[in-house]
Amino acid sequence: MAERPEDLNLPNAVITRIIKEALPDGVNVSKEARRAISQAASVFVLYATSCANNFAMKAKRKTLNAGDVMSAMEEMEFERFMQPLREALEAYKKGQKGKKEASEQKKKDKEKKSDVEENDKNKDEEEEEEEHMDEEAEAENEVEDEEVEN
Amino acid sequence: MSGDNVDGKVAPNSKNVSLPMSRVKLIMKSSPDVSNINQEALFLTTKATELFVQHLARSSYKNGSGKGKNTLSYSDLANAAEGTDNFQFLIDILPKKILARDYLKSLEERGEEDDI
Repeated sequence: MAERPEDLNLPNAVITRIIKEALPDGVNVSKEARRAISQAASVFVLYATSCANNFAMKAKRKTLNAGDVMSAMEEMEFERFMQPLREALEAYKKGQKGKKEASEQKKKDKEKKSDVEENDKNKDEEEEEEEHMDEEAEAENEVEDEEVEN
Repeated sequence: MSGDNVDGKVAPNSKNVSLPMSRVKLIMKSSPDVSNINQEALFLTTKATELFVQHLARSSYKNGSGKGKNTLSYSDLANAAEGTDNFQFLIDILPKKILARDYLKSLEERGEEDDI
């Protein structure tokens, strides 16, 4: 392997934090124990990856997907992780989708800005005279159609 | 060290992970035969690793002898590896420690049986 040993380790500070948060307050963790847990975590990644990869290969896929990892957890008898993992994945997907939509929305907002200003003007007029409503609605639709074409 | 995140990061809830996914990816890629890993699989593996660290720490502490001294020690982990089905895969990397003199003694006894 071309990787240096330290590259395959996880950052000590983060591992320590996770351990401390999992244990009751005030519990000490020896340096040796911390190092051992860190190593165990790396081995866990390897084991889970190898397991998940078997499922992917069986399905003749070259890319490991979420289902493979879930199957691996079951295989490794870590069913207790599966529900929290499913929930975490949903939140993650929502977060990713939100990010994507946010950047797309920014683009739309720029275009819509001029339209909103017009609509506000129109709304005020609508309240006073309903006759004009249809006309303005048509105008609105025209503008929206233009957007769709873009 | 308090449980609060004072470094400005979001609390490690289900939305985020604390472990760096880039590092986890490095480890995953070192596994033979692995070609590609999709983003969701990487997220799940990272999250699962965090859950594993918590689980290993808690189990070892609960069943360990260090509980009385309020410490989690290496031997607690080694005992957990040996005594828990789930952790059997860790047995080689978390070997139990024995006293040097006991080890030398067992070597001697073996030496009488076969020629080393």
